[in-house]
Amino acid sequence: MPGHIRKQQKVARSPSRRGTEEPVFIRWFLIAVALLFSVVFLLLPLVNVFAQALSKGVEAYWRALVDSDSLAAIKLTLLVAAISVPLNVVFGLAASWAIAKFDFRGKSILNTLIDLPFSVSPVVAGLMYVLLFGLQGHFGKWLAEHDIKIIFAVPGIVLATIFVTFPFVARELIPVMQATGSQQEQAALTLGASGWQTFWRVTLPSVKWGLLYGVILCNARAMGEFGAVSVVSGHIVGQTDTMPLRVEKLYNEFNSAAAFAISSLLALLALLTLGIKTLLEWQEAREYERAQRVSEPAGAPVVPGQKVETELQR
Amino acid sequence: MARKKLSALPGFGLTMGFTLFYLSVIVIIPMIALFLKAFDLSWEQFWTVVTTDRAMAAYKLTFGASLVAALVNAFFGTILAWVLVRYSFPGKRFIDALVDFPFALPTAVAGLTLSNLFAENGWLGQHLVPLGIHGAFTPLGVVLALTFVGMPFAVRTLQPVLENLDRGVEEAAATLGAGRMRTFLRIIAPTLLPTIITGFALSFARAVGEYGSIVFISGNKPFETEIAPYLIVIRLEEYDYLSATAIAVVLLIISFIILAVINYLEVWAGRYHST
Repeated sequence: MPGHIRKQQKVARSPSRRGTEEPVFIRWFLIAVALLFSVVFLLLPLVNVFAQALSKGVEAYWRALVDSDSLAAIKLTLLVAAISVPLNVVFGLAASWAIAKFDFRGKSILNTLIDLPFSVSPVVAGLMYVLLFGLQGHFGKWLAEHDIKIIFAVPGIVLATIFVTFPFVARELIPVMQATGSQQEQAALTLGASGWQTFWRVTLPSVKWGLLYGVILCNARAMGEFGAVSVVSGHIVGQTDTMPLRVEKLYNEFNSAAAFAISSLLALLALLTLGIKTLLEWQEAREYERAQRVSEPAGAPVVPGQKVETELQR
Repeated sequence: MARKKLSALPGFGLTMGFTLFYLSVIVIIPMIALFLKAFDLSWEQFWTVVTTDRAMAAYKLTFGASLVAALVNAFFGTILAWVLVRYSFPGKRFIDALVDFPFALPTAVAGLTLSNLFAENGWLGQHLVPLGIHGAFTPLGVVLALTFVGMPFAVRTLQPVLENLDRGVEEAAATLGAGRMRTFLRIIAPTLLPTIITGFALSFARAVGEYGSIVFISGNKPFETEIAPYLIVIRLEEYDYLSATAIAVVLLIISFIILAVINYLEVWAGRYHST
């Protein structure tokens, strides 16, 4: 119980704590260094996006956003995320079910393979699909004969996005499912539930926070991916430009304010992602605490005041 | 992959089948395609293509800047994690939440805003450029962008370990007469070091593959501020697929080596914390 530990710390803070705490001036120095580092690398870049976006006034900002090419980019980004995120969710659920609920040989290899896209440079990822589906690629001729466009078209963008966001949902779900074990599912099956019923009614509710967490991270990356998408997109204005690609194009046209206007939407997306993520972490901690309290054996030393304090600290 | 456990749960065939199918289509087959394409080159050709002066300059910048950025993150990230876990000050929770911002922000936006900040008329650049510190369109800019994208990895790897650090050990050291400095150097630092190195490696790995933010801040001058992934894009635009593939294979193999090192480091760092 976190509150318990904190309370103990407070007791331990007797007047003389030379041995276990740094002198005040070192503490202030470290805090100052940390604050300076966070201001330069976190706060200023964030504030700057909005300041530059609005530097030519609200009207110019609005015009940059409702420009038809920019609107097309926003639509394409939403479309790509709407396809790739659900596919990765289905994959994440399948992979975590297989990995967490069963034992089989080669599990650690499978785990490594799932993580692999994290360590591949996005540009290399895009190149892989160009080599497969591009005109000079392995399937290029066949695709051209059947008039199917993947590279320099939307399917290629979707594929590249799926690749770079591939591990996000699975990576969040596997540890959560492993931690919950499979006793509850077995109980449900014994009581006569079907496999699907067990999945929808027992497994899914127990991993819902982990799943949501994975989905928002996956979505943020899907909407913001630049390198991989840039290689396969072909940069056709109004057709295969996603929002990050549109930012690049406007920047190269020296239209900095418009580039920042589109960027501000992406920065808002990042802030929204962070907000939801923080809320989910609080929610998870609260549920964990509640579960701990329920499972506490009767007669355990529970001091009511401590609990109130814990609640207040959260 | 034979199933061993006597699990009563259904769905192994379905989920495992789908997992392997999806993994093959999205990851494995494209990766094999890349390596197959590289075999179109003879060994000598491959070697010539990946060791041109321009490519060597690009590797040097990619790995040099990633190394510097990872070191900066290991140092300042450790201080930030320490301050966030041990001290309380106004705005602490806000900064704690903001640490993930580089992870959530699209890299293109990161590069755009950083290059604007450090450019001559930017908020920071107007003070730094007169001092001779050019943060935009220089190798320093590459380091700045890579520091930004790698920072959450350094901080977030260390934070949970710091939180779980047993303060009783520090108290024991103090009781036995050790000063704070000595306790830090002899007790705390050795326990944290493996985790700091893991955070360093993760932020280095993230930096090596980075593309989006650098395109905006570096200026992409060949031999000066051109990173390896950008060179791949240039070769592709020249329709020189073979050279692009060869350089990509080099980057991919290096990423695999880094991945293996990180896996080893995580085991090493975790050896004190297994419960």
